[in-house]
Amino acid sequence: MKPGLFQYVRADDVEKAVSLLQEFGDEAQLLAGGQSLVPAMALRMALPDVLIDISSIAEMRSITLTDDVLRIGAGCRYVDVLRSEDVARAAPMLVQAIPFIAHEAIRNRGTIGGSLAHADPASELPACMLALDAAIVLQSASGARTIAAEDFFLGTYSTALDEGEMIIAVEIPAIAVNQHHRFLEISRRSGDYAISGGAFVLEMDAGIITAARLAFFAVGDCAVLAGSEALLGKPLNAETIDQVAQRVGEEITFYGDLYNGIGAKRQITKTLTRRLLAQFPGMEL
Amino acid sequence: MDPLIPVSYTINGKSVQQQVSVRTTLTDMLRHQMGLTATHAGCEQGSCGACTVVVDGLMVRSCLIFAIQLDGARIETSEGFADDQLMDELRRNFADRNALQCGFCTGGMLVAAHDLLSRTPHPERAEIREKISGNFCRCTGYEAIVDAISKTAQALPLEDSGK
Repeated sequence: MKPGLFQYVRADDVEKAVSLLQEFGDEAQLLAGGQSLVPAMALRMALPDVLIDISSIAEMRSITLTDDVLRIGAGCRYVDVLRSEDVARAAPMLVQAIPFIAHEAIRNRGTIGGSLAHADPASELPACMLALDAAIVLQSASGARTIAAEDFFLGTYSTALDEGEMIIAVEIPAIAVNQHHRFLEISRRSGDYAISGGAFVLEMDAGIITAARLAFFAVGDCAVLAGSEALLGKPLNAETIDQVAQRVGEEITFYGDLYNGIGAKRQITKTLTRRLLAQFPGMEL
Repeated sequence: MDPLIPVSYTINGKSVQQQVSVRTTLTDMLRHQMGLTATHAGCEQGSCGACTVVVDGLMVRSCLIFAIQLDGARIETSEGFADDQLMDELRRNFADRNALQCGFCTGGMLVAAHDLLSRTPHPERAEIREKISGNFCRCTGYEAIVDAISKTAQALPLEDSGK
């Protein structure tokens, strides 16, 4: 239960971090909040030769809201995001979602970039990024690129990050007047992994749904959008909700986990969909 | 023998210099090098909360931080509250209400409870439960712990409630 030996190097800025990544290649792992990597190292499931500590990079700790784009530095911890007024204003979904992530002591260390790069299929943030239509900003020694969240998550612990690249920020379009965010997960115990979770964004005009992004997590090999089209052009009522829940059950390729089989996951996800949609304006009963 | 690297901290208000291996966790540095054994090493993988300490004002799990990462940090452990009135009351109420049996979780529980009451002096029971939700206790069933924290809160002056 003690980590294997590794070489430790600290990067104080992004430039240094990407040059170290280039130098050490796939022998190196980035250490940000360490709330997933350090347990994996304690179990010796992860045995990196080199740890590049990026937790003190100040330029990745800022949150800004300009021209209706919320930019969150990858090094921001959950607690920073939860306390940010800009986040509360521009992406209320994150304020709803973060309390579901693990426990307070973990949220005081874990980072946004770390969660996205780790890409645990059961984690909340990848689904939020899908629902919010976020862009993920990547940097390597040869330059920067921006990738849509939809193209970033490829599977269990698998992302579109190339060798030598790191996440430096996420960019989220600020919530519009006619948009609404809702987040929910179903789990056995507070703070435990979700059996099924959803992050929904709806756009409504005079009671009719004009755009929808329904993202799910803890259901398959990575966070996934499903059922969104079944809402378009419809009023949000019991009939629509039934149709959408049905579609979600059909569209997602469910994976079982240790405690819940595929059938249970599908059933619970349909229930979650109904409960979440019932929380949107016009449906509060 | 792992190579050792010099690091400085402020631990419980005192400046401290230590030589640490890169893979030494904060838990092990506190216990083995400082003799501060109120910070318990339970699961050592971030599940149980027995190793809870406060780093730069935030409650964290010391088993999930390498000691080398915290150069310059201010660290508070359970021992650091020896002369703290709020911690005295918490300890007394934990004992009175039998809020511990084996005591393994107690150090972490007390650090979490103190962190809660110093920010939110008059929490609801649900807030207390949420705050200690990351700390496992396998003896008490938690009810007694929530009672002890709640009783401590009730004795705190109302004007500090911040609500």
